[in-house]
Amino acid sequence: MSKKFEKPNMVPVPSHSIIPDRDIGKSPILECSHLGIDFGGLRAVDDFNLTIGRTEIAGLIGPNGAGKTTVFNLLTKVYQPTRGTILLDGIDTAGKSTIQINRMGIARTFQNIRLFSNLTVEDNVKIGLHNQETYSMLSGIFRLPKYWKKERVAHERALELLSIFDMQHMADMKAGSLPYGAQRRLEIVRALATNPSLLLLDEPAAGMNPSETAELMENIVKIRDMFQIAVLLIEHDMSLVMSICEGICVLNFGQVIAKGTAEEIQANPAVIEAYLGKKKEG
Amino acid sequence: MKNMKSSTKINFATYLGVVAAYIVITLLISNGVLGRKAAALLVPACCYVVMAVSLNLTVGILGELSLGHAGFMSVGAFAGIIAAMSLVEAVPFEPLRLGIAMVVGAVCAGIAGIIVGVPVLRLRGDYLAIVTLAFGEIIKDLINCLIVGHDSKGLHIIFNFKGLKTVDDLGLLDGGTVIIKGAQGATGTVTIASFTAGVILILITLFIVLNLVHSRSGRAIMAIRDNRIAAESVGINITKYKLMGFVTSAALAGAAGALYGLNYSSLQATKFNFNTSILVLVFVVLGGLGNIWGSIIAAVVLYVLPEALRSVADLRMLVYAIVLILVMLATNSPKLKGLLAKVIPHKKGDEVNE
Amino acid sequence: MEFLSYLISGISLGSVYAIIALGYTMVYGIAKMLNFAHGDVIMIGGYISFCAMSYLNLPGPLALLLAMVVCTALGVIIEGLAYRPLREATSLAVLITAIGVSYFLQNSALLIWGATPKVYSPIIEGTQTVGGLSVSNISLLTMAACIVIMVVLTLFTSKTKMGKAMRACSEDKGAAQLMGINVNRTISITFAIGSALAAVAGVLMCSAYPTLMPTTGSMPGIKAFTAAVFGGIGSIPGAFLGGILLGIIEALAKAYISTQLSNSIVFAVLIIVLLVRPAGLLGKYVPEKV
Repeated sequence: MSKKFEKPNMVPVPSHSIIPDRDIGKSPILECSHLGIDFGGLRAVDDFNLTIGRTEIAGLIGPNGAGKTTVFNLLTKVYQPTRGTILLDGIDTAGKSTIQINRMGIARTFQNIRLFSNLTVEDNVKIGLHNQETYSMLSGIFRLPKYWKKERVAHERALELLSIFDMQHMADMKAGSLPYGAQRRLEIVRALATNPSLLLLDEPAAGMNPSETAELMENIVKIRDMFQIAVLLIEHDMSLVMSICEGICVLNFGQVIAKGTAEEIQANPAVIEAYLGKKKEG
Repeated sequence: MKNMKSSTKINFATYLGVVAAYIVITLLISNGVLGRKAAALLVPACCYVVMAVSLNLTVGILGELSLGHAGFMSVGAFAGIIAAMSLVEAVPFEPLRLGIAMVVGAVCAGIAGIIVGVPVLRLRGDYLAIVTLAFGEIIKDLINCLIVGHDSKGLHIIFNFKGLKTVDDLGLLDGGTVIIKGAQGATGTVTIASFTAGVILILITLFIVLNLVHSRSGRAIMAIRDNRIAAESVGINITKYKLMGFVTSAALAGAAGALYGLNYSSLQATKFNFNTSILVLVFVVLGGLGNIWGSIIAAVVLYVLPEALRSVADLRMLVYAIVLILVMLATNSPKLKGLLAKVIPHKKGDEVNE
Repeated sequence: MEFLSYLISGISLGSVYAIIALGYTMVYGIAKMLNFAHGDVIMIGGYISFCAMSYLNLPGPLALLLAMVVCTALGVIIEGLAYRPLREATSLAVLITAIGVSYFLQNSALLIWGATPKVYSPIIEGTQTVGGLSVSNISLLTMAACIVIMVVLTLFTSKTKMGKAMRACSEDKGAAQLMGINVNRTISITFAIGSALAAVAGVLMCSAYPTLMPTTGSMPGIKAFTAAVFGGIGSIPGAFLGGILLGIIEALAKAYISTQLSNSIVFAVLIIVLLVRPAGLLGKYVPEKV
């Protein structure tokens, strides 16, 4: 392990979750209660409860097919939940669309990368800034003063965000031509551009080598510190999850089987069983 | 900033190119190098250039296959003819009347674009294609039922959908003019279209499309094309921007239609059937998706060449078909592409989405 | 009584659409392309049988057989020369190529047979009268042929090895190849079947509506595709249902609403159906996975 990340004390909150002690006194960014969705009789996710602190880095882990990405799709309303409620910063998100959820403060990345691959890196980030630096279609066509002003701000902001991952020099490259790791980082930058208060990362380290992963860990913590936002990540790389995640939630067959700190999770028999199978008796 | 400046430069070069072509062609006409036959092709060629550039907005930039673009041209053509013919006395200055007619054509086609776009843009891929084709045919049939006349009391419109009514049912006063006679189409139109107007329309179209593409709205449209789900996840209103691209494209086709309609003294709605839509689509695909310059050149060459080859009428469409198939095979088959790449060094065009 | 005779002419017309749509739906299902040339194969089928009957004096059934053989060969050749090299290309490239093939067939027909419409003599004549209602033999033959073709195709795709290979290829060509299925051969055979059906449809259609021109096939081709989409593209019962319904709607619209607008009414119904059921009447809607 290259670097040790400082972990806060975790304190329990109602709903059987834990949040960092520094977030006590601030309303939690996300509260899910009894969240569930059925796909034609199959309970893909059931009775999902989770509270995330305002600046917490939380992890969502579990074996393949446990329903982790489905939870992301529920949070971002790609699927409307069959049951349960999601409170974002205390506001009920029932009936909201994916677009409204983004405007309310959730941004995400995708397990199978979804960039605007024919556009440049800078344009990808600028599309993330779509609802931040706004001007009308007519200002754009007639290049009114507002167009020049907002485009300049967007350009500077895009480069600033790209510099988090040291990607400014790639601004004019086609997003689809970037190496795999850079594509994953660009997705994070694009998500950040939408000015979220909760960032959902779906397997951010997938396909990265160990040194890239180590750098990614530092950057995730850096992003949290810089923007003072919460991060919820799905990841199979346990070194990443155990090093930077403050609260961890384990999902199996659509149900939460454990919640706690890295140490607690690593010692939890139900988790070990889910990952390694049941130990033979005798 | 660098991005914006380079895009401005490319746009500027495009406008200059069009203006230069205009000057050269005008000189050739005044010197008598270009005969009357060739000069007669200029206005329709301009119309097809605008059609191709505007369809490229839908197919190349928005990424939705439309097979009904001629329907919008048709709406623009007949709306423009009605506007121009009813304003003959009120606006005697022809260029102004033509301008008004093109604006009316664009607005009507834009409205048609909204009516078609709202339901259609929810569909995907080939379903969207077949429904745009269906709408194009419906528009054609509806216009075929129109009987329109104008007199001192204003416009008289009959919707002749049983096919039983005639021009007499309009009840025009003395001195009134019949503008559209149902399936016979518009006859006796005063032709006021001019090459200059065509070039101005091309420049306006380029200005709108190129500036749109390099703005916030254009980026949103291209984001939807590249990845709809990701675009939604960053808060882009899919319906709004799809509709914006589609309606802009329809309105431009409408303006081109008005110019086209006012270039001929008689015009039938069947002119704008799905074969015309497909003709324009061929311009766009051969010119390169998203490549505006490509659309312009493909439209000019592919419109003018078959017209110029009218002397070998029987064979020209067969040759056209064979060339079309061969070009598609040569540019898209991996085997042939590899072969071509060895022979010809590859050159990249100025694609606007780069 | 009047209504019944309109209904029967609608079913008869719908049966022609259904036969074309069955071929179209199979080709679309496997090649995932809008084959604009499909309608022109119908026209070629019409001309071949016309020549066989008028110049070679062959009897109707033999003319039909000859048309089927020629169209089958034509379909396989078109697929092999024009579509196979574009297997990996964008769907738009394939679409434009199909348009090129369509132009090619139409203009070849124009060169060979001229623009003057040919008057086609039906392969069977006469009418049957049942309770005051007269139905032409060609209508009866068309309906019977349509049902037989539908049943045979359903059995073929569900029971035979080749039929299963076709279904596998339409689901996932890569996986089918890994399972040892010869994808190119399977697609060729699908085009052969589709084109043979187009020839049958051409002969039946020209027998019922006896004018034959180089552009005869294009509208029925589009209508048949509409029928296939209407019923749910890729689905054999869907193509059958879509074809019949489309024929009935068209015939009734012509009779009771407006001749001029009958095509528009057909298309409007298609649009409404697709808005309510985006995958057609019997199609399955598969949402994009996130």
